[in-house]
Amino acid sequence: MRLSRPALLAASVAPLALFGVLAVVLWAGLQHDPSTLPSVLIGKPVPAFDLGPVREGDRGFRRDDLGGKVTLVNVWGSWCGACKMEHPYLMQLASTGVPLYGVDWKDDPADGAKTLKLLGDPYQRVGNDQAGRLSLDLGVTGAPETFVVDRQGRIRYKQIGPITPEVWHDTLQPLIQRLEAGQ
Amino acid sequence: MTGRHRTRHRTLAGGCAALALLLAGGAARAVEPDEMLADPALEARAQHISKELRCVVCQNQNIDDSAAPLARDMRLMVRERLTAGDTDDQAKAFLVARYGNFVLLRPPFQPDTWALWLGPFAILAVAGTALVFAARTGSTDPAGDDETPDPYS
Repeated sequence: MRLSRPALLAASVAPLALFGVLAVVLWAGLQHDPSTLPSVLIGKPVPAFDLGPVREGDRGFRRDDLGGKVTLVNVWGSWCGACKMEHPYLMQLASTGVPLYGVDWKDDPADGAKTLKLLGDPYQRVGNDQAGRLSLDLGVTGAPETFVVDRQGRIRYKQIGPITPEVWHDTLQPLIQRLEAGQ
Repeated sequence: MTGRHRTRHRTLAGGCAALALLLAGGAARAVEPDEMLADPALEARAQHISKELRCVVCQNQNIDDSAAPLARDMRLMVRERLTAGDTDDQAKAFLVARYGNFVLLRPPFQPDTWALWLGPFAILAVAGTALVFAARTGSTDPAGDDETPDPYS
């Protein structure tokens, strides 16, 4: 069978073009980490909650503690290795006045308290979420996760994984400054 | 049949049995007895829903199969919603509102998933058209290739 010139050209170019398109699509797919799910709660208000204490003789952490200023809500647990890695940097942030709030997720409050005694306590308020109810309401998939909550008490960002100096300087700090400026 | 052959057959049979066991084991469920609802009808619905929800930690398992603590929380939540009188769709929507459509193992048909659902058919249509087109151009030259003889004839 004899093909016309354009048909021959199309027949030879089409597979190459198809390969090119597929290569780009699949390569883009490889750059995407499937374990970091985008939060569907961005822009939504933090749900109501009232968590029991982690620290001894404390009142815990509840919804009313948020709002009025931009805050960070950090989900952690004494069982969580990456949280321990993140902890020294949280201490550093807390010492510069960053308002950190803690949710001790799926953890025995005594274990959480022990960790805070051992590594230091960066939280203005911290509550225990052993049943995981609040964390489920927040769509938490793992620890650590940190939510940026604006002055109206709405979730504006979710950081999945530890807050590193890079994450802080590139993402969280600029966002907090923007939110504080009232944007 | 030599002894060696027999050994090999036995190994093969053993392998098949092991494979069968493995496949049967794949259907194991992670639901603990203390999670189950007393009402069998409600429990059956909960299990049906759980099979359609993705464990967001171990993403290729449904929450009915997954032993992850978060999957357990989600199973308990589904049961809590059903007990509270939710329909199956309402119970699923409850988790979708928190984790997004990603928790649904069967994605919904909506604008941002059109490509996903219709893509294969579109590709099939394009390929089919190309095939028909190629066959037609070929048939316009029924004499076939006269100049170069078929090397296999």
